[in-house]
Amino acid sequence: MTIMTDPPQESFRLSMLLNDTRYRSYTFQFIALIVLIASAAFLMSNLFSNLAAAGLNISYQFLGSPAGYDINQTLIAYDSQSTNARAALVGILNTLLVAFLACVTATIFGVIAGVLRLSNNWLVSKLMSFYVEIFRNIPVLIWIIIIFTIMIAVLPGPRAFRGDEPSASMVLNAVAFTNRGVYIPAPVWGPGSLVVVATFILSVFGVFAYRRYATKLLYDTGRLLPMGWPSLAILFVPTLLIYFIMGMPIGLDYPELKGFNFSGGIKVGGPLIALWFALSIYTGAFIAENVRAGIQAISKGQSEAAGALGLRQGRIMNLVVLPQALRVIIPPLISQYLNITKNSSLAIAVGYADVTATLGGITLNQTGRAIECVLLLMLFYLTISLSISAIMNVYNNSVKLKER
Amino acid sequence: MSDTSAAFVRTEQVPPSPPPSSATGPYKWAKDNLFSTWLYGLLTFVSCYVIYVILGNTLPWIFAGVWNTSSLAECREVLDGVSGGCFSVLTERWNQLLFGFKYPQATEDTPRTVLGLLPTVGYWRPSLTFLLFFAAAAPVLFYKLPRKLLLFTAIFPFLAYYLIWGGTIMTPILALVGTVVGYFVYQRLVTGSFAAGFFGGIAAAFVVWIIGGMLIPENANEGAMLQAVPSRDLGGFMLNMMLGVACVSLSVPLGIALALGRQSDMPLIKWICVIFIEFIRGVPLITLLFVASVMLAYFFPPGTTTDLFLRVVIMITMFSAAYIAEVIRGGLAALPRGQYEAADSLGLDYPQAMRLIILPQALKISIPGIVNVAVGLFKDTTLVSVISMFDLVGMIRGPILASTEWNGVYWELLGFAALLFFVVCYGISQYSQWLERQLATDHR
Repeated sequence: MTIMTDPPQESFRLSMLLNDTRYRSYTFQFIALIVLIASAAFLMSNLFSNLAAAGLNISYQFLGSPAGYDINQTLIAYDSQSTNARAALVGILNTLLVAFLACVTATIFGVIAGVLRLSNNWLVSKLMSFYVEIFRNIPVLIWIIIIFTIMIAVLPGPRAFRGDEPSASMVLNAVAFTNRGVYIPAPVWGPGSLVVVATFILSVFGVFAYRRYATKLLYDTGRLLPMGWPSLAILFVPTLLIYFIMGMPIGLDYPELKGFNFSGGIKVGGPLIALWFALSIYTGAFIAENVRAGIQAISKGQSEAAGALGLRQGRIMNLVVLPQALRVIIPPLISQYLNITKNSSLAIAVGYADVTATLGGITLNQTGRAIECVLLLMLFYLTISLSISAIMNVYNNSVKLKER
Repeated sequence: MSDTSAAFVRTEQVPPSPPPSSATGPYKWAKDNLFSTWLYGLLTFVSCYVIYVILGNTLPWIFAGVWNTSSLAECREVLDGVSGGCFSVLTERWNQLLFGFKYPQATEDTPRTVLGLLPTVGYWRPSLTFLLFFAAAAPVLFYKLPRKLLLFTAIFPFLAYYLIWGGTIMTPILALVGTVVGYFVYQRLVTGSFAAGFFGGIAAAFVVWIIGGMLIPENANEGAMLQAVPSRDLGGFMLNMMLGVACVSLSVPLGIALALGRQSDMPLIKWICVIFIEFIRGVPLITLLFVASVMLAYFFPPGTTTDLFLRVVIMITMFSAAYIAEVIRGGLAALPRGQYEAADSLGLDYPQAMRLIILPQALKISIPGIVNVAVGLFKDTTLVSVISMFDLVGMIRGPILASTEWNGVYWELLGFAALLFFVVCYGISQYSQWLERQLATDHR
């Protein structure tokens, strides 16, 4: 007969804090907490004694005082008497503008280069891999400077457009490429233009409705409606009709050479163009690699199986390969968009007034509020990055392979 | 029996006739690879035109280049209206491009050292460091070289510091002694527990440094064998190389620690690492450089001055460590669960399991990613020109283009900078692909 004895009740000993896995993690976390608090206290006390020694304090009052400098490219009304906060807002809008433009064009460049790099044409694929390697291996700052230099050193000045036999001329009499920037026609909104715009927006919804209806019809009855030309027709015909019925309310204000400079139209400044083009062509090389990897990740069996089902080439691409490839392509694509937004801070190198140049540059130097400015700047970029990551997580969850 | 016989019977085999010219040779290759459809044919012509335009404009410009004039005006005179590059800016400003414009140069009066052969300052010091760097990097990059060479790699940081910054030889020797003492303490204690060895080693090193630091006299730099060079005199491509090498090598261990911390079961440590990584990855490097240039000084104890180079190294290291941590986390996540369980069932504790089983495999998976981060980081070292440090881009945009002799020589200088970066970055990425093939242990 055996007697079950209770295991010996081990009393708590101090050495168990280090040697017993049950307690060790608490010990380590406690130590980490102490170290964290101690170093934070050390840094903060340094900060406050340094600030006191320099006669400074942490205050955001400067945001309300007049900025006192001009910004050459603004999306909202701004003059040198506006506040520093307004200057920062101008900068934020400029950052978002160049980031948005660069994201669109970088995607276009990247998709074209990525697809062409996979093509069977030897010369084209070599040319594209040359493009990708060249742009990926040279710093984006150098590209921005190179393209900015092309803008100011190669393009003609406004005076070249003057005279009876000008050495430079406007493209289609509407767009002027000068070393001060590119002048494009500006739309003039006459009375009734609201109706035209509203019609156009409704047509966009109409296109979506039509495509949804066509898909539903295909799934329900098997009848295939044409997609391409009806979409285009719905998009443009009503808008054009209304445009002419309303008596052409939307006109264009062409840039004109007056005196020594162009007036009228919209001036897209040289720094914006340089930054936009450099960011899109640089990031386009990275996106091209993502696109290539995404398409190559789809096994050949998928397209062969689709071919065996009798789908033709375009449908194989649209219905089988692309939906699967997009799952691979989109996450790195979004992180490239994030990179564009962060790299747009290099605007400061060519004098484009983005938020780094206004808030982190001139405002910082004029007011001397280094800590406040840099903190606000980081806060802005963090907000952008975290919101883009949040969008990416939502997307990743929605396309995740449903596995059991 | 008839005596009819076949008129002709072939007795030997006919040699196969060559394929028609349309199915072989360059014609077939061109047909398959360049003109398979009319769209591809069109693309081929367009690409040919693009190549013609690019080469047709650059090649004559390069070949007509002038290499030995002293100013842009003189160069334009020599060219006499012909389109050609003024590469003489590269030859004339070569040292500035590579070493910056303030790095002290050896002259006739410079005192000599080492048997009176070598001047105490001069470009030989960074150049020698650059050569030794290859010797130090070789055993790390090529694992088939004898392992004993790693000893030189371990000494190299101290040697490089001494050669570039100069000053008293006591400083690097003290740093080396402290490191060696720390290493031996670690070796002694690590048999008991890894944590004891690790922290004991660090503590021992610090004790040596602090005690030794009191022994070095204040004026030790005077009359030193190599004249001291302050950090603000460093510049040119040398600065890019130094920042790149220092930050990458410092950020790999930090990145490993952050990645392990992010995977930890301890919530506090995990959240510290998560917040650090996400914060750093969320802001552009330029704002971190602003922190280094205008803000970080406030966080050091009052009265101390830290030079800009050190502050920039701290910020760039933190920046790349966050990215490397994410890459390594991917490697850790890619390991099958069984590896962790196997380590547990062998009775290994956490540090042993990590050092012997998990990290060697996880790091191998992460190599391409780490190299990508390293290349990106090396390219990003050009951003220091924004906070007015004169690296290669800063030199070009600042002192050289602003000088009266070379105002307006854009393409030669920017092309040179682009070429330097391209050679280094392309070389690194080719190396990483080679290493990936070498380390591939799965038999596919």
